[in-house]
Amino acid sequence: MSDHDHHHHDHDHSELSETELRVRALETILTEKGYVEPAALDAIIQAYETRIGPHNGARVVAKAWTDPSFKQALLEDGSKAVGTLGHVSRVGDHLVVVENTPQRHNMVVCTLCSCYPWEMLGLPPVWYKAAPYRSRAVKDPRGVLADFGVTLPKVTEIRVWDSTAETRFLVLPMRPEGTEGWSEAQLADLVTRDSMIGTGFPRRPGAPS
Amino acid sequence: MNGVHDMGGMDGFGKVEPEPNEPMFHAAWEARVMAMVRAMGAAGAFNIDTSRYYREALPPHIYLASCYYTKWLLGLEDLLLDKGFIAKDEVATGHAVQPPKALKHGKFELDDVERVMVRGKFGRTAPAPAKFKAGDRVRAKNIHPLTHTRLPRYVRGHVGVVERDHGCHVFPDSAAMEAGENPQWLYTVVFDGTELWGPESDPTVKISVDAFEPYLERV
Repeated sequence: MSDHDHHHHDHDHSELSETELRVRALETILTEKGYVEPAALDAIIQAYETRIGPHNGARVVAKAWTDPSFKQALLEDGSKAVGTLGHVSRVGDHLVVVENTPQRHNMVVCTLCSCYPWEMLGLPPVWYKAAPYRSRAVKDPRGVLADFGVTLPKVTEIRVWDSTAETRFLVLPMRPEGTEGWSEAQLADLVTRDSMIGTGFPRRPGAPS
Repeated sequence: MNGVHDMGGMDGFGKVEPEPNEPMFHAAWEARVMAMVRAMGAAGAFNIDTSRYYREALPPHIYLASCYYTKWLLGLEDLLLDKGFIAKDEVATGHAVQPPKALKHGKFELDDVERVMVRGKFGRTAPAPAKFKAGDRVRAKNIHPLTHTRLPRYVRGHVGVVERDHGCHVFPDSAAMEAGENPQWLYTVVFDGTELWGPESDPTVKISVDAFEPYLERV
């Protein structure tokens, strides 16, 4: 996040920042003009805070790890396959799922803005939307991975997907070793947000969450 | 436009710094901005491409110095002012003083919330057959539109291979300018890292963009 924000956080909360005042003013105008109902804005925020998050993507990944035919369908048409799972069906038409293998590691970025599979992963973290990641992911992906403490074998192909259209990309990470016989729910607990962006790995069995 | 938003390949921004246990919002106002943008978009005040264009059009020093939701706020204000949904004297006083402008889909109410939780559909009927197919070698055109485009600078002039065909989609370059959807074929085009960043760069890297047909020419 920017220094601009840190600055405001240092303030006493009773003192409204210039930005807060500006946001309040805009909401007042939109409400008074009859464009939006404030309760509807509350409901949008609540939906993101409670329903939409990486647990949606984790469930899809865990299912793919345990069900070969689902995995095949997922890689062929992400939207269609996710649609068959019911509760995570609001992903739209353009989800592309890309599989990590010992030979190839996938990583997702949006260099032009911050396109991200919201319905699968929730709202993107600040680093995904900020200049360091957006500028370097396409030119020096190994360097970016090092910032996350991630090292790949020198021979592994790195494939960076720049989300320049309305297609959205989800990385299917490799299933951790030592998880034979695990249930989907157990496996889903190992799936991290970053492992589905391609800037991390799933947790290993027994590693702290 | 060749703006600072087109960041792929730029140097000097430093390390990526993930924040442990990052909250969804860092201040309550960020959530209000996110909700206002989603609601006004769903009410029909603008499409997603127009809203992106307004953020890109922020002055470069403002864009670079602003956090994500500040950019959203500034872009939203500019857009609503330009399209006549709000007026300067209203922003100055913080209250409505002019009559409202009609919204394409009407006031955004509680019943509309589920609509924004479903991702939009951007696929359209093809007006013409696709010019390219998987395996074709293509060059990203050396074009520099002054308005919105989704062809990043770092691939322009470079040769890649068509990998996937996503069908026909709304063309952002047209939609952003409110010049109609003008559907175009969309392809994943993959480039060798060395084609983009030179022979000294990491030979194990490949980069793809999703490119609309008008961005591409056959090699």
